[in-house]
Amino acid sequence: MIGKWRKGKTSTALGSGIVVDGERKAFGSRARPRLMMTMAVFLGLYAALSGRMVHLAMTDPEEGSGPASRVTASRPDIVDRNGEVLATDIKTASLFAEPRRIVDADEAIEKLATILPDINYEQTYNKLKSGAGFVWLRRQLTPKQQADIMNLGVPGFGFRTEKRRFYPGGSTAAHIIGLVNIDNKGISGMEKYIDDQGLADLQASGLAQPKDLAPFQLSIDLRVQHIVHDEITQALDRYHAIAAGAVVLNAKTGEVLAMASVPDFDPNNPFNAHDKDRLNRMSAGTYEMGSTIKSFTTAMALDSGKMNLNSTVDASKPFRFGNQTIRDFHGKNRVLTLPEVFIFSSNIGSGHEADIVGIDGHREFIHRLGLLDRMNTELPEVARPSEPKVWKKVHSMTIAFGHGMSTTPLQTAVGVVALMNGGFLMNPTFLPRTPQQAMDGAKRVVSQQTSDEMRYLYKLNATKGTGGSATRATVPGYRIGGKTGTAEKVVNGRYSKDVRFNAFVGAFPIDDPQYVVLSIVDEPKPEKPGMGATAGLNAGPMFSNIIRRAAPLLGVQPDFRLEEQPLLVSSQ
Amino acid sequence: MLSRLDRSPVSNWWWTIDRWFLSAFVMLMVLGIVLSFAASPAVAERIGLDSFHFATRQIIFMIPASIVMIGVSFLDARQIRRLALGLLAIMIVLMVAVLYVGVEVKGARRWISFAGLSVQPSEFLKPAFVVITAWLFAEHARQPDIPGNLFAMILLGLVVALLVAQPDFGQTMLTLATWGVMFFVAGMAWFWIIALGAAGITGVFAAYTLLPHVAGRIDRFLTGEGDTYQVDMAMQALLNGGWLGKGPGEGTVKRVIPDSHADFVFSVAGEEFGMVLCFFIMCIFAFIVLRGLNTALKEHDDFTRYAVTGLVTVLGLQSFINMGVNVQLLPAKGMTLPFISYGGSSAIAIAISMGMILALTRKRPEKRSQIHYSMTRARSMAAAE
Repeated sequence: MIGKWRKGKTSTALGSGIVVDGERKAFGSRARPRLMMTMAVFLGLYAALSGRMVHLAMTDPEEGSGPASRVTASRPDIVDRNGEVLATDIKTASLFAEPRRIVDADEAIEKLATILPDINYEQTYNKLKSGAGFVWLRRQLTPKQQADIMNLGVPGFGFRTEKRRFYPGGSTAAHIIGLVNIDNKGISGMEKYIDDQGLADLQASGLAQPKDLAPFQLSIDLRVQHIVHDEITQALDRYHAIAAGAVVLNAKTGEVLAMASVPDFDPNNPFNAHDKDRLNRMSAGTYEMGSTIKSFTTAMALDSGKMNLNSTVDASKPFRFGNQTIRDFHGKNRVLTLPEVFIFSSNIGSGHEADIVGIDGHREFIHRLGLLDRMNTELPEVARPSEPKVWKKVHSMTIAFGHGMSTTPLQTAVGVVALMNGGFLMNPTFLPRTPQQAMDGAKRVVSQQTSDEMRYLYKLNATKGTGGSATRATVPGYRIGGKTGTAEKVVNGRYSKDVRFNAFVGAFPIDDPQYVVLSIVDEPKPEKPGMGATAGLNAGPMFSNIIRRAAPLLGVQPDFRLEEQPLLVSSQ
Repeated sequence: MLSRLDRSPVSNWWWTIDRWFLSAFVMLMVLGIVLSFAASPAVAERIGLDSFHFATRQIIFMIPASIVMIGVSFLDARQIRRLALGLLAIMIVLMVAVLYVGVEVKGARRWISFAGLSVQPSEFLKPAFVVITAWLFAEHARQPDIPGNLFAMILLGLVVALLVAQPDFGQTMLTLATWGVMFFVAGMAWFWIIALGAAGITGVFAAYTLLPHVAGRIDRFLTGEGDTYQVDMAMQALLNGGWLGKGPGEGTVKRVIPDSHADFVFSVAGEEFGMVLCFFIMCIFAFIVLRGLNTALKEHDDFTRYAVTGLVTVLGLQSFINMGVNVQLLPAKGMTLPFISYGGSSAIAIAISMGMILALTRKRPEKRSQIHYSMTRARSMAAAE
């Protein structure tokens, strides 16, 4: 059928069948334009291919062919006031994988496990099979691990140099310096403060280049910090306590020279940093500070003008009001002068003092000394003190001897600084500050005279205090003044006789205080069976040990001539 | 050196062979060996063979391939036809056989095991089919009484039926397209061109609707969804290489391309040696095709004209499709890059094609008749007026 039709077609196409040779040439001539068209089509195809190839060659490989470089956060070194390094960046290598380039995930993991035996097989397998362009496998390897993994020669693995924070001092200043996360972002302590000051923004914009970052100086003195840390660590063990802590403040500037709280953590391996008992008790824990608060009650009574060093109160019988009764621990059962109330740590006497000032005056004074407001300092871990919502007489009476309100040990020490330095309240700072700068931001809270009288009382207490309790805190030559505090802790809603929170706060040299030191010990047990466990027996020796070791380093001249002389105070 | 006065077959061959074609083919063979060292070790290691298994075999196969190519190029047109006829007969038989005794790979029966060698009859069929089709067209043109075109159609139908039965969609398309180009050059009427064009489009559409794996490939190409791992990796490799490449042995993406030694050797070349080498490879193929068509243009013998056209068209289309898939200009289609992709026995088949091109483009005494040529042109011009 087709053949027949085709025959007809050709014959008509030729028009005439006479010239056979011409027919062949006619076909030949038709082939020429057809071949040219074919060539043109091929040229078009190759042109399209070339265009595409040029386009590809001009295209930059997208992120899939190599993970986009990520700015690893650089941080400034943190140094103490003498330039000693507290925290620094070191370079480490981190292992990543590009799953799309992993040829054999099983093999890759098996090989990797020979170097990182703790790697989670299933999790890693899922990561490598995810088809993502980039996954972290292990951050911050040791140089040896890196070299070993490199030698495996697994395609699709790579390393990125990262910064890792290193703390040469280990746990010495752990709570102050704080921590960074795996991305080198500050998450606690001064590390977080640095980020909050704009470093984080700087890093985000990629401007935080290591060479541009000046060391970040703290007010901390690493030598004193070490002494404090060492002493409280020993105390924790010696007194079988659940916690201990201490702070050294510069009385002229409000700078924190040293502050530590144990138990703490090793910032180089902070696996337990977030455990409940590892908090920084000095600033992030609030406690009923006990008798140390009597410093403020006494100062209030003196500063109010309603009492002076010669005023007396009747402590011969328990102080009753309503159905409440206040008793004394070391009862003298007689009329006491104001200094006697302080050095015998009389609860009854303190209650009377607060009573004389009045509830509103009392509350105003405690607030004025900043004991009940959230402390304003650089450290992010600061607890808010607690007080009764409405102060009734019972609150005023108990707060007079240190119960019924909770504040942080650091704040208590800061309040004592104000009592010692002539009456100026300064925010505590972890950054270097000159006395001039401190005075610019300071607020007068008590009169110079009150301050002088308080120094006299502190010295008196250290020399002749309750049963000699504060005498264990003295350090020959350094003229210590201070106050003990043994607070009963609330256990199951009642004040317990055996569970205590002890503190000692004091200053030296007391004739012109340079430094204020406060030590605490939480739930101490008797050092040896049969001994007591009051503040004079544990917090006091901690205080004196710190000063004995730290004072020479701080350049305080010992003066043994003045040792036994009472402080001269001009009392009108 | 051979003297022009020497009339021995070797000397005769040396002075009449088209050295441009010969150089291009040798260059492809050399490139194939060089690139097999870049592309195949990763694949060989993955399937548990010695690293240089494929590279070694590529070299070994190039020896018989060269011999075959040179050997075939000694033949004259008549001998080429006889060779093609014999080959066609054997391969059609084998293609029937492959449907029953063939090795099934990925759902298709295309391979037959032959004395320890896997042979793909359709590869050997292509040059034979082209030459016989050219002969049929030429015979018809020479003597319209001979139903050459009809036989060519019947032969096409037979071959296409056998290819679809395997099934081998790519080879089917290639065969149809080549046949179409040859028929077009042979002077097909425009009516037929349109009719066959329409049929082709219908065919593609039918394949799209009826054959799920064809539909899948086209969908994936158009939408970029689904499993495009291999082409994506090939693209990555090309992008990674840029203009000048990563350098020999420096490629990384090539290690994960599953068929890096076969269909995607072009991308490996791009990653290691840069787009510059890709252009060079493309230029070699373009040169072969255009020189082949140009030779056909000047040719007076219809059979030679059609045969050369067909042979370079197969080569050109196959290489274009392969490169097009590599650069994501075309949907994924299993098509090797002649001589450059690892192919084992198919290298011999390509060598036959190339030998035939060399044989048919050898200078022959009658071609020097310039007068005859100009007369033809003058007459055709007169006819056009």
